[in-house]
Amino acid sequence: MSKTKFILGLFDDPDDMMHGIEKLQKNSIPIYDVYSPMPVHGIEAKLGVKESRLGYAAFCFGCLGASVIFSIVYYTLVHDWPMDIGGKPNFPIPVFVPFTFEWTILFTAFGMTLTFFAATHLFPGRAPRVMDLRATDDRFIIAIDAKGNVPHEDINNLLKEAGAVEIKHNDRKYVSYE
Amino acid sequence: MGTHTDINQQYEFSGKIKTWSLIAIVIGVVGVLYGFLIDPSDIAVQRTFSNLLLMSYYFACVCIAAVFFLSYQYLAQAGWSASLLRLPQAMAKVLPIAAVILVVVIVAGLFTTHEVVVDGVKEHAPYLYAHWATHGLTDPASANYDPIIAGKSGLLNIYTFLGLLLLFLIAYTVSGLKLVKFSNDEDERGGMFNYNKSFKVAAIFLLIFGFTFPVFAFDTIMSLDAHWFSTMFGWYNLAAMHVSGLAIIVLFLIYLRKKGYMQWVSQDHLHNLGQLMFGFSIFWTYVWFGQFFLIWYANLPEETVYFYKRWEPEYKFWFWLNLVLNFLAPLLLLMSRDAKRLTARLKITAIILIIGHWLDYYIMIMPGTMHYHEGHTPHLWEQFGIQEVSIAVGFGGLLIYLTLSALSKFKSLVPKKHPFLDESLHHHI
Repeated sequence: MSKTKFILGLFDDPDDMMHGIEKLQKNSIPIYDVYSPMPVHGIEAKLGVKESRLGYAAFCFGCLGASVIFSIVYYTLVHDWPMDIGGKPNFPIPVFVPFTFEWTILFTAFGMTLTFFAATHLFPGRAPRVMDLRATDDRFIIAIDAKGNVPHEDINNLLKEAGAVEIKHNDRKYVSYE
Repeated sequence: MGTHTDINQQYEFSGKIKTWSLIAIVIGVVGVLYGFLIDPSDIAVQRTFSNLLLMSYYFACVCIAAVFFLSYQYLAQAGWSASLLRLPQAMAKVLPIAAVILVVVIVAGLFTTHEVVVDGVKEHAPYLYAHWATHGLTDPASANYDPIIAGKSGLLNIYTFLGLLLLFLIAYTVSGLKLVKFSNDEDERGGMFNYNKSFKVAAIFLLIFGFTFPVFAFDTIMSLDAHWFSTMFGWYNLAAMHVSGLAIIVLFLIYLRKKGYMQWVSQDHLHNLGQLMFGFSIFWTYVWFGQFFLIWYANLPEETVYFYKRWEPEYKFWFWLNLVLNFLAPLLLLMSRDAKRLTARLKITAIILIIGHWLDYYIMIMPGTMHYHEGHTPHLWEQFGIQEVSIAVGFGGLLIYLTLSALSKFKSLVPKKHPFLDESLHHHI
C-alpha cells in the first residue's frame, strides 16, 4: 500500500484540463476537486458542483439588517422618546425608508462576505490550504483521491493522455498547513 | 461557430404579428377619431390630446432607450450583447418616425386652443401645456398675468420649447441612425474602422444625452405642471425610459426566439437583460422615492402641490399601484438568479413593467392636463376608457410594426463582423 494520498494532474491549458475531466469521468474515476488560477466557464456544470447558496444567506442577512435598524429606530424615535420634527407624525414611515435601505445593504454585504469566508475557510491571517502552489499561478490542477480502488498507474496514464504536463503523487493533502 | 447559428439569417416580417399590429394601428386611429370627432366635448378632446402625448412620449422614449442601450454597449465595449444588437438598432431606426409623431402631437396640442375659465378669468388655453402656453400669462397688463410663469418664460416659451425639443430629438435620432449605419458598413467592410467610429459616436451621444435628457423630460412632461418643478424629475424619467425600453427589448427577443429567429440569444443573454431590468427598476424606485421624500419632508406648498393633486381620490389608488407594479413586482419576481433565467417569468415581468410605466407616465401627465368638474369624482371609465386603451394599443401596434419591418430590412439578424461577436455567441454566465 503506497503512502500516496492525492494524485494531482497539472495542466498548462484550461481546455486540456476540461478534456482531462471528461476523460476521468468517462472512466468513472471520482475527482476530488479542481484548482484553477482563473474562473473557467462551464466547469461547475461539468463537475456537478451544487449551486451556491450564498444568495439565500445574503437574503437572510438583508432581512436581519432591515429588522435590526427598524427596531432600533422604532424604539428610540417612536416608543421611547417621541419627538415633534417639523410637525410630522410620530411614526413617519418615509423617514424609516433610507436607513432601512442602507442597513439592509450593509448587512447583506458584510454578511455575504463573512459567510463566504466561513464557507471557504478564508479568514484573514489564516494560511490558505493549497494542494499545489502553482494552482495560484499558471497551472490548472485536477486532484484525485488516491484512496480509491483504481490503480494509480491507470490514473497516471489517463492524465498523461489528456495532456497533463506534470503528475504528482502527494503524501500530504495540502502543501501548507497553518 | 455553433451549428445552430446561421449568421446570414434574415427576419421575414409576415403572418399573424403583421396582421395584428396593423389591426392595433387601426384601433388606435379609430380611438383618436373617436376622441376628436364622435365626442367633441372639451373634456374628450383634452383627454385624447393627453393620451396622444402620453403614448407618443412613451413611444419616443422607448426608441431613445434603444439608442441609449446601443451607446453604452459600444462605450463599455461590451461583448455579451453583440449578437442581439440588431434589435435595438431596428428600434433606433424607428426613432425618426417616433420623433415626428411626438413633435406633431405637441405642436397640435400647443396651437389648438379652447376657451376655459380659470379663477373667473376667461382665457384661450391650448390643450397641452396650458399652464404656461396660454396667451397673456406672461403679459403684466393681461387679466390672467402669472408672475411665476412670467419668471420661467425664458425657458417656457413656444420658441425655446420647440427649438430645444427639435434639437434634442434630432441629436438622438442622428446618433441612433449613425450607429446603425456604422454597423451595416461594418458587415460590408469588416475590420475595426467602423467599430471605432461607433465608439466615438456612442461617447458623444452619451455626453449629450446625459445633459439633455432631463431637460427633454422637463420640457415635455414636467412643464405640464408649469408651476411645479423638481430637479429629480429628469432622472426619474431617465429611469422610467430605460426600464420600459429594456422590457420591450426583452419581449421582442423572447418573441423572436420563439419564432425560431436569433437562436443564439440564450438564457444567458436574457439573464443579463433581466439583471439590467431588475437593477434599473430599483433605480427608478430610488429616484421616485428621492423626489417624494424630499418634497414630503420639506413640505413647501409650491412643491407639495404635485403630490397633493396625485393624492386626490381619483389618482390615489393609481399613485400607489404605480409603486407596486414598477417596484414590488420586479423586486419579487426577478430577485433570485434562477428567476432571471426563466423565460416565462421574464416575459410576465416585462409585460408588468410596460403596463407599469404606462401608468407611471399617466400619473405624471393626467393630473396636469385633465380638469374634472369641481366636486366630481370621475368614474373609472372616464379615467381609463376607450381613448386610453385604444391609443395605447395603437401605439403598441405601431412600435411592433415599425420595429419588425425595420428589423426585416437588415441583411442579417446579427452584426456579422462585430469584433466581439464570437464572445457574444459563446456568452456564458
